Amino acid sequence: MALGVTKKEKIDGLAESAGVSLAASAWKRLRRSPVFLIGATIIGIFVALSLLSPWLAPHNPSEPMLIEQVVKARNEIPPPQPGHPLGGDLQGRDFLSRLLVGSQQTLIVGVGATLIGLAGGLILGTLAGALGGWVDSVVMRIVDVMLSLPSLLLAFSIAAMFAKPSQFTVILAVSIVQIPVFARLLRGSMLAQRHSDHVLAATALGVKKNAIVFRHMLPNSLSPVIVQSTLVLATAIIEAAALSFLGLGNPDDRIPEWGQMLGDVQNVFDTHPHLAAWPAVCIIIVALGFTLMGETLREALDPKNRR
Amino acid sequence: MLRYTIRRLIQLVGVVLVLSMLLFAWLRLLPGGPVSALLGERATPESREALTKQLGLDQPIFVQYFKFLGRAATGDFGVSTGVQPGDSALDIFLQRFPATIELSFFAIVIAIAVGVPLGYLAAKRRGGWFDNLSVVGSLIGVAVPVFFLAYLLKDVASSSLGLPSQGRQDAIDATRVTGFFTLDGLITGEFDATLNALEHLILPAIALATIPFAVIFRITRAAVLDVLDEDFVRTAEAKGLTAPVIRRRHVLRNAMLPVVTTIGLQTGALLSGAVLTEKVFSFAGVGQALAIGFERRDYPVLLLLIIMATIVYVVVNLLVDLSYALIDPRIRTR
Repeated sequence: MALGVTKKEKIDGLAESAGVSLAASAWKRLRRSPVFLIGATIIGIFVALSLLSPWLAPHNPSEPMLIEQVVKARNEIPPPQPGHPLGGDLQGRDFLSRLLVGSQQTLIVGVGATLIGLAGGLILGTLAGALGGWVDSVVMRIVDVMLSLPSLLLAFSIAAMFAKPSQFTVILAVSIVQIPVFARLLRGSMLAQRHSDHVLAATALGVKKNAIVFRHMLPNSLSPVIVQSTLVLATAIIEAAALSFLGLGNPDDRIPEWGQMLGDVQNVFDTHPHLAAWPAVCIIIVALGFTLMGETLREALDPKNRR
Repeated sequence: MLRYTIRRLIQLVGVVLVLSMLLFAWLRLLPGGPVSALLGERATPESREALTKQLGLDQPIFVQYFKFLGRAATGDFGVSTGVQPGDSALDIFLQRFPATIELSFFAIVIAIAVGVPLGYLAAKRRGGWFDNLSVVGSLIGVAVPVFFLAYLLKDVASSSLGLPSQGRQDAIDATRVTGFFTLDGLITGEFDATLNALEHLILPAIALATIPFAVIFRITRAAVLDVLDEDFVRTAEAKGLTAPVIRRRHVLRNAMLPVVTTIGLQTGALLSGAVLTEKVFSFAGVGQALAIGFERRDYPVLLLLIIMATIVYVVVNLLVDLSYALIDPRIRTR
C-alpha cells in the first residue's frame, strides 16, 4: 500500500475488494466526481432558494406595486430602480421577487410531475414485470400506444383536455407522458430478474410471492428508475414551460413559476427580452443541474464501471 | 425480413385504429368545442344547436366515430373549423406536410452532420478539454427550452445576419410542383426560389436541431467509447491498418447501430419540437397547424394531424429497425 494512505482509505480499499453493495461503491465514486458535485450544488442551492424565497424576496411577488409605471399603449414597463434591481414585469410586479419565489412552484412542478409519473410507472411496471402473462401483454400494449405518440405532443393533447387549466393540470399532463417510460424501464429489469438466482433461491426457501416482488425484485430494479427520475425532473420543468408557451399552462399568474413566466412573455420578447431571459437562464441552470446529477448517477450505478 | 415487416405493419394498423378511437373520444371531451370556437361565446342557443346538428355532434359518440371511419376510408377527414376554416383537413395536411418534412429533414441533417463527428472526436479525446467542453455543451443544449432558443435565433441571428425569420418563402413568383419549396426550384430551374426557401429554413432548422444534436452527440460518443475498447480495434491496430481504415470499417460501422436507433427515436422529438419552432417562426407546417388547432379546438384537423404524426413516427422507427440489417451483417443472417 502506497505511502500516505490513511487507515480509513485502507479499509475502504479492503471493503471494495471484499465486495460492497452497488449503492455504496456508487456513492464512493460520486463523492469524487466533480461533475456530480456541481450538479448537486446547483440543486442544493435551488432547493434552498425555493424553501427560503418567501424571506429572501424583497417584495410580495403578487402585488402590482409599480403598476403606475406600466404604460400599455407605449409598451413600457418599470425599469430597474432603487429597491427593484430588475424592475417590474408587465403587471408592475417586482421582477426579482417573482424570480426568487418562482423557484418554489418550479420545484413543485418538477417534483410533482416526477412523482406522479414514477407512481404510475411503478404500478404498471411492477404489475407487468411481476405477474407476466396476459397482464403483461395488456399493460405493455397500453404502454406501446402511449409511446407511439411523440411525447410532447401527448403532453399537449392531455393539457388541452382540461376546461380549466391550472398548475395541477400542467403537472398531470407532463407526468402522464413519463408513465410509459418508467413502466418500460421497470418491467425490463424485473423480467431480467425473474429467472435470476436470488429469486430462484427465495422461491426455493418458500418466500411468498409478494415478498419476492417487493423485497427482492423491486429494490434490485430501482437504480435505472432513480436515474430516470433525476432526468425527468429536468424535462418536466422544460415541458411545463412549453405548455405555457402554447397557451395550455396555468392562466393564474399571481404565484409565479419560471416556465409560466417564460411562456407568457412571448409577445414582448423583442421589446423586453430580459423578461424571458431571466426565467430561461434559471430553467437552464436547474435543468442542467438535474441532468448532471442524473448522468453521473447513471455512470456510477452502471455495474460495468465498477472497479 | 419480409414477414417481420408485414407483421410490424399490421401492428401499426392496430395502433392507428386504437389511437384514432382514443383520440376521437378525447377530442369530444375537450372543453369549448368547435361550436364555441366557430360562433364565439355570445352565439344564440338556436344557432349553436343548428351548427351542432350540422356538424353531427348531437349523435352518440360511437355513431360519430363509425361515420368518421367510413368517410375517412374515402379520404374525407372533415372540414377544418379553426386552422383554415372551410378547408378540408386532408388538404391542410397535404399542404403543410411537405413544409414540416423539409424542416425536420434539414434539422436532422444538421444534427447528424455536427453530432456524429463531434461525438467521435470527443470519444477519441476522452477526458480532454475538447471532450469535457462538448459534453457540457450538449447537456446545455438539452436544458434550453426549444422555443426560447427559437426566439433568440429569430431576434439575434436574423437581425445580425439578415436572415428571414417568418414563413417558408418570400412572396415571390415560384412554380409549385411537389410542395417541397426547395425541391420545386431545383426541378423548374428557379434556383433563386430554392435559395430563398433555404434561407427561410436555416434558423428554424437550427432551433429544431439542438435537442436531436445533443442526443446524437452523446450516443455517438458513448458508442465509440465502447467500440474503442473492443479487441478487434486493438487487433486492427496491431495488424498495422491505417487510422482512417480503422475509423471507417471498425469503429464507426460498429458504433452506428445505437446512433441509428437514436435518430429514429428523435423523429418524435422533431415532431414535438416542430409545434414550438413553427409557431415562433410562423412557419406554415403541420406543427403550426397543431398549435393553432389546440388553441381553436379544431377537431378534424387535430385528429388527422396527430394520427399522421404517429404513423410517421412508427414508420420511421420501422425503417430504422430494418436498416439494422444493412449496417450489421450479424443481424442479417439471423
